[in-house]
Amino acid sequence: MNKNTLFYLALLTGLLFLAQSLLNDYYQRVLAVVFINIILTVSLNLTNGFVGDFSLGHAAFMSIGAYLSAVLTLPPASKAGLMPELPAWLGQLEVPFLAATILGGLLAALVAAIVGIPVLRLRGHYLAVATLGLMVIVRVVAINWTAVTRGAKGINGLPAFTNLWWVFGWAVVAVYVIWRLVNSPYGRAMIAIREDATAAAARGVNVTVHRMLAFCVGAFFAGIAGALWGHLITAITPHSFSFLITFNVVVMLVVGGMGSVSGSILGATVMTLVPEFLRRVETSLSLGGHPLYGLSQIIIAVTITLVMIFRRQGLLGGREVQLPRLFDRGRVVTRAKIETIG
Amino acid sequence: MFSLPYVAQQVVNGLTLGSIYALVAIGLTIVYGILRLINFAHGDLLMVGAYLALALLLNTALPLGAAVLLPMIVVGGVGVLVERLAYRPLRGAPEVAMLITSLAVSSVIQNGTIMTLSAQPRAFRLPQGLIAQHQVGVVSFSTLDAVSVALAVGLMALLTLFVTRTRVGIAMRACAENLRAARLMGININQVIAYAFAIGSALAAAAGFMWAGRFGSIEPFMGFLPGLKAFVAAVIGGIGSIPGAMLGGYLLGFAEIFFVGFLPPELSGYRDAFVFALLLLVLLVRPRGLLATGVEREG
Repeated sequence: MNKNTLFYLALLTGLLFLAQSLLNDYYQRVLAVVFINIILTVSLNLTNGFVGDFSLGHAAFMSIGAYLSAVLTLPPASKAGLMPELPAWLGQLEVPFLAATILGGLLAALVAAIVGIPVLRLRGHYLAVATLGLMVIVRVVAINWTAVTRGAKGINGLPAFTNLWWVFGWAVVAVYVIWRLVNSPYGRAMIAIREDATAAAARGVNVTVHRMLAFCVGAFFAGIAGALWGHLITAITPHSFSFLITFNVVVMLVVGGMGSVSGSILGATVMTLVPEFLRRVETSLSLGGHPLYGLSQIIIAVTITLVMIFRRQGLLGGREVQLPRLFDRGRVVTRAKIETIG
Repeated sequence: MFSLPYVAQQVVNGLTLGSIYALVAIGLTIVYGILRLINFAHGDLLMVGAYLALALLLNTALPLGAAVLLPMIVVGGVGVLVERLAYRPLRGAPEVAMLITSLAVSSVIQNGTIMTLSAQPRAFRLPQGLIAQHQVGVVSFSTLDAVSVALAVGLMALLTLFVTRTRVGIAMRACAENLRAARLMGININQVIAYAFAIGSALAAAAGFMWAGRFGSIEPFMGFLPGLKAFVAAVIGGIGSIPGAMLGGYLLGFAEIFFVGFLPPELSGYRDAFVFALLLLVLLVRPRGLLATGVEREG
């Protein structure tokens, strides 16, 4: 990390302190959701934007992360009340939030690997259907595995661990990891696969391994986001993570522009704030006494169709926005030199 | 272990459920065959068909046949309209653009229904004539079951005649084989694609009536699961192939019913998970399905 990155991180941290002291609970929660959506969008971008596969599995991975972390962080006393049938060792366990989140992410990544083995060998959009199928599987398991998940009742009373600092921290980690990944040889290989899988394979890129890597890393961060979401809302049910969530993340990704990390951040921010605003307007609207629920979602969907028709590349069109460099301007030249030599 | 009437009953159930999956899968497979588009809005057309049928049954004294046929015509028109407004402007765009658009179309149809008719489930009451139970030998079935299977088989026979005997039908198969070559041969591909959407959507509307009659209630999200499962059926049969969609639909219907009927009852809650686990299995061992035609085209 160079001085510029550190400066902007410090700036954001300062702004976050300000937000925490000035904003009311509602706006703080919206801000937390913005960061969670940044994690989701940036990680979905890896598969859908850089490798060119199309995953719709983010709701499923969130659900996995949320459930596992919930079972791990609940204090044994409340577990005894909520889930009496839990195996004894699990009932006694109380894991710190950070570890529980990471384990949630790892389980999501493991499930992604299992689904990925049959699906990622295939070209075409089987991945889209298989990952939606995974969402149904995860929901069915959450409903039926009552000993651990409490079935359709869901788990409530999760400790409200998630605050602005956790979501901000994880968003920074997600953006950093994915930024480093796509700018590494692995990322180059992923982009090569997106442009032409056959040509990439002919040049010695192991196509399946790279698609798998992107899918699993994306699932890991989706699991993290699910864990954060669960401990923000403090209640999860099998229906918390529905197709709507996946769709909205796809919208954020598409609006920002697939294949651009900064586009994902922008898209997630805009498409969290705009619908939130629209929803507040929607509840006050009616047509001749008939409420207009669903209008905001229609507006979003029509917008996305228009984006697809008229500006398919999204806001940033696969490019990255660079924040202005404030320090070490000279270093740009040296780096450019190194790149031309290397 | 299982009595003969019980087994026969499961076969009847598999046949009715399979008929529904087959009808929905046909629409998905012909559109996929031509455009390489997984039409996520397809299941929602099934929902629209069910709502229209309910409206006709409740508010008009039309004969039952009309309550099935009129929604098929209207939904067929809706399918053509969706294609014209949302998919045709994307002709030649990357497939993923159409995929995203179909998700958006699905969202528009669902939320449009919520906005105009509310998200409350509604009871789908069939006329007395369809509920009557019949006993033939060891098998018992309702009139709805019989009508569903007969209608599905009849529609599939008509479709088979259409794609083998008419100019448009043959053009449709040519487009599925190779869209570019078909266009170079002078086939009006926009017309063929419009036919594909009209036929697929009409079949989905018929399936919507059967589905609603079978489960007794309808709601705006009801199309999601049958749409997705029908895609599984199409993949099992070999996506792009019309006979494959029929075969896959019935195989999936039987598999699902047998899973519930012949395995321990504790497992029956997992039936939907089983269907998609089956998809993963098929993709692992025979990704091109049972009756796949040609090679899966790249990208």
